Amino acid sequence: MFGPARGTDMSKPNSLRPSATFPLEVLAEIHRAADQGIYEIRGFGTKRSLPNFDDLLFLGASMSRYPLEGYREKCATDVTLGTRFAKRPVELKIPITIAGMSFGALGAHAKEAIGRAASQIGTSTTTGDGGMTEEERQSSETLIYQVLPSRYGLNPDDVRRADALEIVVGQGAKPGGGGMLLGQKITERVAQMRDLPEGIDQRSACRHPDWTGPDDLEIKIQELREITDWQIPIYLKIGATRVDYDVALSVKAGADVIVLDGMQGGTAATQDVFIEQVGIPTLPALRMAVETLKELGMHRKVQLIVSGGIRTGSDIAKALAMGADAVSIGSAAMVALGCNKPVHLEDYRALGTEPGYCHHCHTGRCPVGVTTQDPELEARLMPEQGARLLRNYLTTLTLEIQTLARACGKSHVLNLEPEDMVALTIEASAMAGVPLAGTRWIPGA
Amino acid sequence: MTEFDLSRDSVRALNQGLHDSAEGRWLVSHPDGRHCIAVGLDAPVDVAIKGHVGYYCAGMNKRANITIDGSAGPGVAENIMSGTVRVLGNVSHCAGASGHGGLLVVEGDASARCGISMKGSDIVVAGSVGHMSAFMAQTGRLVVCGDAGDHLGDSIYEAVIYVAGRVGELGADCVEKEMTPEHRQGLADLLSAAGVEADPDSFRRYGSARKLYNFNIDHASDY
Ligand SMILES: Cc1cc2nc3c(=O)[nH]c(=O)nc-3n(C[C@H](O)[C@H](O)[C@H](O)COP(=O)(O)O)c2cc1C
Ligand code: SF4
Repeated sequence: MFGPARGTDMSKPNSLRPSATFPLEVLAEIHRAADQGIYEIRGFGTKRSLPNFDDLLFLGASMSRYPLEGYREKCATDVTLGTRFAKRPVELKIPITIAGMSFGALGAHAKEAIGRAASQIGTSTTTGDGGMTEEERQSSETLIYQVLPSRYGLNPDDVRRADALEIVVGQGAKPGGGGMLLGQKITERVAQMRDLPEGIDQRSACRHPDWTGPDDLEIKIQELREITDWQIPIYLKIGATRVDYDVALSVKAGADVIVLDGMQGGTAATQDVFIEQVGIPTLPALRMAVETLKELGMHRKVQLIVSGGIRTGSDIAKALAMGADAVSIGSAAMVALGCNKPVHLEDYRALGTEPGYCHHCHTGRCPVGVTTQDPELEARLMPEQGARLLRNYLTTLTLEIQTLARACGKSHVLNLEPEDMVALTIEASAMAGVPLAGTRWIPGA
Repeated sequence: MTEFDLSRDSVRALNQGLHDSAEGRWLVSHPDGRHCIAVGLDAPVDVAIKGHVGYYCAGMNKRANITIDGSAGPGVAENIMSGTVRVLGNVSHCAGASGHGGLLVVEGDASARCGISMKGSDIVVAGSVGHMSAFMAQTGRLVVCGDAGDHLGDSIYEAVIYVAGRVGELGADCVEKEMTPEHRQGLADLLSAAGVEADPDSFRRYGSARKLYNFNIDHASDY
């Protein structure tokens, strides 16, 4: 009756009993805060465990569904984005786009590698805070130009040579927060592109300078359409929080495409407390967005791109089955380029980390040359070689999506549907809106 | 001279016409507060708009000279790159937001956040400006011949502000700076280019204390 308390590790003597309230990582963080007097800033996405696409499974075809023959029967992967108002919608060969990552956060080699790979595969890539570089315009066949609160480098010439515009309202890693690029990454070129002095910490604004609410935004979108003669699509990127409201307001404001970034979304530099504690995971965000679009009769009319923690073909197939039109990847593309690869171990150690644990993009000392402006480090990632790695990865993802879609009997990956899936946990079932495996139960439905 | 009557034809048709012209003069009548008039111009055209305009008039202007014979709504000449935008009346908030170059002249008053996030443009306001003007202004010059509201130049970088009248509370990291002969001369030239009469000697100069450029724990309370 007086047994050991819950959580007690009986193999340890009482003198080594850990505290659940103050586990080792909490103790270390308090010690660090006491030393430095400032929050932790870091790159990469959330590190905590969250319900995600791994908590869903496909059912596959059986007696009631007819599968398609792998490799033989066609399973199409093309998507068209921006069909609502734009005269020239974006046509992609695969439903996987590359997310906006700023030049400054990424080096020029990484940007170019991404542009080349995306063009070779037939998908789009996206600029980021800091504007468009010549290298990325040249190397990207389809380039989405971000219009961010900072407006760094925002130039009507680039607006006119973009294939779509993406107004960034928020990012999954930090909904409600602005950008951050620490002084150590501000080289002369980066400073010049942003009209700021070299070496200062750049805190990009969190609010746009010339509009404040959804009614203003509607007119802002109208302005961008007028400037571009209604030719190209206008995307709106939101960080996942009050997704139902934000999606409804995006539709009302006149977006062609909504980019929804869940809390797992990567970043180059953000406060850890922001990354881990603000926003909702991609899984429930996606369900809410699709529900709202359906309620408004706009599902598939305003296309939905979802991002935040997408890593595998199965993640993508599940996102499409839940109703997304495409996905976007940031961190996974960096990993394909070599992020966290076990090479140059001494350089990981110099940052106080190890391959597999690195989140040090904010330092500008990326051991594999992805998120750095240092010429010596950047030389570790040559654009051509990086392009090949990313192209292989994108090809693998596409083959995986097709494998799953064929198994579910779909001749187009966008024909995957929620009915093709079940959930492994009650949480995922409630969040994704698919039944718990072995039941017909969806909590909250 | 091309005459364009917005009570008869659309803003879309006007903007398309302007985008398709390499030069020339345009007279636009009956704007009646419509939004997004004469946006995204990229040629040395002269555009005169007779009346009041809504949001974002002359947005992202390059090379064109645009005169608004009336008042303008929010975000007039936002992200201006070059050319001149002149407003004979008053302007609403966020005038000249994030402008990279060119000149915006306001003959009346400007509301809040005038010159917010400006990145190299010049703004001359013959009247007064509202609160939070030149918020996060990076480079360029904001000249205010009247008074400036509270939180002027909050979180300012290298932009320069000149004010002739009274200034409310200064924003974070914004301080008064010495008016050197070079500054006085530059200001006199700018006033003359803007066609605004004011005595350069009556102005005071404001800019960044540069205390917030890199995080410093001792300045944490300034954030
Ligand atoms: C290095 C890096 C830089 C980023 N820069 C930007 C940016 O400039 N603008 C933006 O909207 N999002 C930016 N993001 C977020 C991505 O666009 C995207 O939302 C996110 O990476 C998606 O999640 P994932 O990393 O899990 O794929 C950045 C992300 C990373 C990893
Ligand atoms: S390896 Fe480079 S890109 Fe990856 S987390 Fe570390 S610093 Fe960032």
